[in-house]
Amino acid sequence: MKRLPQIALLPDGKRLHLQDGPIDLVIEAKGSENDLRAAYEAAARRFTGLLDELCDELTELRKAADPVHSSLNGVVARRMHAAVAPFAAEQFITPMAAVAGSVAEEILGAMLGAARLDRAYVNNGGDIALHLAAAEHFAIGLMDRPDRHGVMQTIGIDADDAARGIATSGRHGRSFSLGIADAVTVLARTASQADAAATIIANAVDLPGHPAIVRLPANELQPDSDLGARLVTRDVGKLRDEEIDEALHAGVSRAQQLLAAGLIEGAALRLLGETAVVGSTGIRAGAVPAFHGSAVEGTAQVGSGARRVA
Amino acid sequence: MVGPARKRGTIGAFSIAGLLMTDTMAAGGGDKIRCDACPVMCYIKPGAAGACDRYANHNGELVRVDPHIVLEQTVSHGGRLVPFQAGGDWDGKLVHEPSVFVTAIGAGTTYPDYKPAPFIVSSEVDGVDMVTVVTEGIFSYCGVKVKIDTDRYLGPETATVRAEGEAIGHVTTSEYGSQMLSLGGVHHLTGGSKKEGRVTCDALMDLSNCKAVELTIDGGATVVVQAGRPPIVNGVAEERMRVGCGSATIGMFAKQWHGKVDEVVVVDDHITGVLSEHQAGKLLDIPDTGIKMKGRRSTPGRYFQVADPGTGWGGTNISDPLSVLGPFNPKEARPGLTMLMVSTTGEHAAYYELDEALRPVEKQMPADLQFSVERIQENCEPALCTVLFMGGAGGSLRAGVTDNPVRLTRSVKDALTRVTSGGAPVYVWPGGGITFMVDVTQMPAGAFGYVPTPALVAPIEFTLRLSDYAALGGHMDHVRPLASLRDNTETRPMPFIPGRRA
Repeated sequence: MKRLPQIALLPDGKRLHLQDGPIDLVIEAKGSENDLRAAYEAAARRFTGLLDELCDELTELRKAADPVHSSLNGVVARRMHAAVAPFAAEQFITPMAAVAGSVAEEILGAMLGAARLDRAYVNNGGDIALHLAAAEHFAIGLMDRPDRHGVMQTIGIDADDAARGIATSGRHGRSFSLGIADAVTVLARTASQADAAATIIANAVDLPGHPAIVRLPANELQPDSDLGARLVTRDVGKLRDEEIDEALHAGVSRAQQLLAAGLIEGAALRLLGETAVVGSTGIRAGAVPAFHGSAVEGTAQVGSGARRVA
Repeated sequence: MVGPARKRGTIGAFSIAGLLMTDTMAAGGGDKIRCDACPVMCYIKPGAAGACDRYANHNGELVRVDPHIVLEQTVSHGGRLVPFQAGGDWDGKLVHEPSVFVTAIGAGTTYPDYKPAPFIVSSEVDGVDMVTVVTEGIFSYCGVKVKIDTDRYLGPETATVRAEGEAIGHVTTSEYGSQMLSLGGVHHLTGGSKKEGRVTCDALMDLSNCKAVELTIDGGATVVVQAGRPPIVNGVAEERMRVGCGSATIGMFAKQWHGKVDEVVVVDDHITGVLSEHQAGKLLDIPDTGIKMKGRRSTPGRYFQVADPGTGWGGTNISDPLSVLGPFNPKEARPGLTMLMVSTTGEHAAYYELDEALRPVEKQMPADLQFSVERIQENCEPALCTVLFMGGAGGSLRAGVTDNPVRLTRSVKDALTRVTSGGAPVYVWPGGGITFMVDVTQMPAGAFGYVPTPALVAPIEFTLRLSDYAALGGHMDHVRPLASLRDNTETRPMPFIPGRRA
């Protein structure tokens, strides 16, 4: 018998929650009632069995990606490979670096294939696929740290912007990071691209060999991690302001390369209270006026456990 | 082929989604287990969770745990609950029937709290229809009071206390045998620089979540504070509280010293005691010894300010105890006179005999005096840091509970409504508002979060009779029966954190 995913509306009655194994999706769409129903049904239908599809090729997905060739068959697996392939020539990366964004993209695609929607998002633990019809807009809140509470800044995305994918990576999230960034949020044309690029940039925010940074082999923490014995960041001690700048600068340089190569639209990098921004992100400078009045309305949190309010 | 996850017989009574334990398949090494809850089939190390953060290896058993207590605390996301055992030690079992207590951790709220608190839960307890109103309070007016069991000098009263160089509070009046710090408060959270607010918020949250925080005191010591652990003052872990002040120590041990030594000086930063002059010595007819103390005499045998405060003997700055003595008076002193000098914790002690010139010369301490020093040590209680979180439930938070906020305040004062924080008992201050204090070690792990205001997010629960809830203008249309939560995937047990709620 086939294991069925959890499919439920959240208590607000508007957002759809889909969960299977490690995948948690929070979905919301705007459109006519019939379109909404059709879109949610399509999402649930496509989601059912998706994890099994991925797990059929899990061994291959956990191996270092080849920059050109792929023996993967599943449509989501191939999308994962395509997203990481641009980085595979010069560094170690596995298709798993793009799994969350690729799944989000797949579900959003299924919804758009079944319904006409004004606006929709599929949020897979902070890696988000977006749909925006003309004149629609999303306001997305950035979290200071994904393991803590609170929106720090907001990003606005209009229908005219190229970005349809957002992803956040950092050392506090569910996945391991080779770098020390608290959070790197990336805007890209697709969620799978954003996911892969966020991983790459977050890894680049680093101070190699710094004594205040505690690192452990990934497979000591998670025996079957795709990162093998590579050292992942477990703790970051006190850093001087110049060191914070140096680490952020390393990440910014990497982000600028990706921007120039057309792989991302923008990025916001966060480390120990400092933020650096690359590209045209629509990021509003300064903190949101801290939850007063309606500031929280229409914002979402990006990061693990991400979500948004309509 | 591994079959679908099965319930274990031992937990058959539990029906909520979060309580499934699946049979486990031991993998080669024995310590790792392989989860069969989904096709990812994670290998999970002891104490770790799988890729989903929902299943974990607890002592070789696969258990379903709460995915992210702190992560899921969020303004916009309704529907995450954390039940845990309301009383007694957490035994690692996930929920005790029948009275599940719902905590506010992860309930989520907004600030200001203009909408009903996320969960207003009713449950049947002893035939009384109870209501637990669950919300998370955002406390920008909040702080922690820290009690540090040490005689060591931490710094002058009102001195600024710093974390990462930022002012986060001050040294306040000391209490019996302990030094007190008052940290946080609205001025440090929102009244200073942005960095001051952030550092204060981080320090308060870490202290409240029972993590260690290093604090430096202007003109004083560096102290590492962690709730439920001994303080570490200038790199040295404190072991014991003093048995009493120097005078009290004389009173407690005078009889045991009688006949074994001619003079005893108990060195103490507060009141240094001298056996031969002290009332307790007089009652035992202990003769004068010609001792001359420095400092200011309070009453016979009791001296203030024999030295400056510090981290040496008895909370003074001295390392040589003889430095608190003047020359012995030759009219009363005699060569061969014996003297014990000891600190109020027994941590420092030395034994002397007067030479021909009536100068004290240190000698090997006789066994029976050594025994009395050990007795002092034995009577000193373990030194700990205690952290009480203090916050107030203001108007907006109360509005999430009832549409007539002041009635909630009154019902708390009238003891009709019980207030808890993460299920832990609180002390509610008399007077206006609902200002409460809670021992953070009694709260579940990770109970505190923050918002960038900056302000702390802490759980707070109001429990009262359903009829009383209706009477005070409760949001009756939002009350949900507890059973509806149990059948819901939102219900999650607390992860087992060893050492908590000890």
